[in-house]
Amino acid sequence: MFWASYLLAALAIVLAWPAPIALSRASWPARAPFTAMILWQSIALAGGLSMIGAMLVWGLEPLGDNLVSASAGFFGILLNEESAATLGVIHVFAISAATLLFGHLLFTLALTFVRIRRQRRRHRDMLHLLSSPAADQPATLVISHPAPVAYCLPGGARSVTVMSDGLIGLLSRAELDAVLTHENAHLHQRHHLLLWAFAAWRAALPWLPTSQLAQRAVSELIEMLADDEALRHVDEPTLVRAIAIVGSGALPPPQDELDDPLADEGRGGGNPAAADVTGGVADARSTAHRLRRLLTPLPPLGRLQQGLALSTAGLLLVVPPVLLVAPELLG
Amino acid sequence: MATLGDLERTVMDLLWATPEAMNANALRDAIAEAPSGEVGRELAVTTVLTVLSRLEKKGLVERERDSRPHRYRSVTSREDHTAELMHEVLVTAPDREAVLARFIGSVSPAEAETLRKLLGGS
Repeated sequence: MFWASYLLAALAIVLAWPAPIALSRASWPARAPFTAMILWQSIALAGGLSMIGAMLVWGLEPLGDNLVSASAGFFGILLNEESAATLGVIHVFAISAATLLFGHLLFTLALTFVRIRRQRRRHRDMLHLLSSPAADQPATLVISHPAPVAYCLPGGARSVTVMSDGLIGLLSRAELDAVLTHENAHLHQRHHLLLWAFAAWRAALPWLPTSQLAQRAVSELIEMLADDEALRHVDEPTLVRAIAIVGSGALPPPQDELDDPLADEGRGGGNPAAADVTGGVADARSTAHRLRRLLTPLPPLGRLQQGLALSTAGLLLVVPPVLLVAPELLG
Repeated sequence: MATLGDLERTVMDLLWATPEAMNANALRDAIAEAPSGEVGRELAVTTVLTVLSRLEKKGLVERERDSRPHRYRSVTSREDHTAELMHEVLVTAPDREAVLARFIGSVSPAEAETLRKLLGGS
């Protein structure tokens, strides 16, 4: 059983470090954002699974030569107060670490969900008081503010897209359509669920620099997916003009305003109170990527490469569970 | 029938439009006269008080302690609240991206300059 735990550990290391870095540097995701998104999800999921699995399998090793008999032995110790002498301190430590990591990941996921939902509810409450419905668009609100702002606030049946009247004043009808289809694509394709999962991943493993990399890559990819959806309704120059107009009018607020009233909401979990100073730079880079992609379109990724990427994603999800039960199958 | 949320909105609109504080009776009369038909029916003063206490809990209105019956005023103007809300949208924080998705994130001044050139050229 040791060899399975070593293989899982090796996989966990590859998925925690070299794999995300290579994927974040690759240029093909811009040509196949959906496929890249699947790959990011499987890297994160398989990474977490193999991290926990490696420690669990290694920790249970002395109790049996396969996972089933070892688990039976472990529950025997837990429930029937059988002697734990066969299980050395190091192995107990590994089992505890696996359990703690699993609990930590689930707990952070739940906590992030609650925090995000509370912030959305509060924001929606204020919107209800401050905005008015758009004249000819369903589920669209207009708020009176000079800066050109457009965003969507997910919330099931109460999802809304918000525009400022500054934005409406700057954009033509077609450009506004581009913005609205882009935002509606976020809502229809449920991008907020991806953002939630990767925000939780990052909050759970802040010491893992690639968790931040993954979150950034995913938020860039969903913008590309939404752009592609907008392009089915408007032409490229219109979308590019909309991005350029909104982008050149949407300067970041001055640095001293970085204390964030929303972030203060999240008491007791992670450290959201510290606003991300580098976030603006990362945003700018992703806007540049979006524009370059629209201005000089590259052909979509070939079927072969897409198939390769998708099979890798599938394989990543299959390998850790197989490694968990493999010692049993091989005797 | 109007929801509590709609009533909150009507009450805030009235308080934002009046510089001086109003008590629940005056607010009820003003709601009855308000042109927004659906909430403009006969309301019990207790309903108005419920709405006011909800708004007070949310930090939107404050009560004058020494007046009887209590008079209420808005804490800040509608413009200030809008500015605060848009500030939440525009500032980049780790959780923000998951709370709401902006069309364009923050852009550096150099980026904005490039975008302006792009607009001039096309």
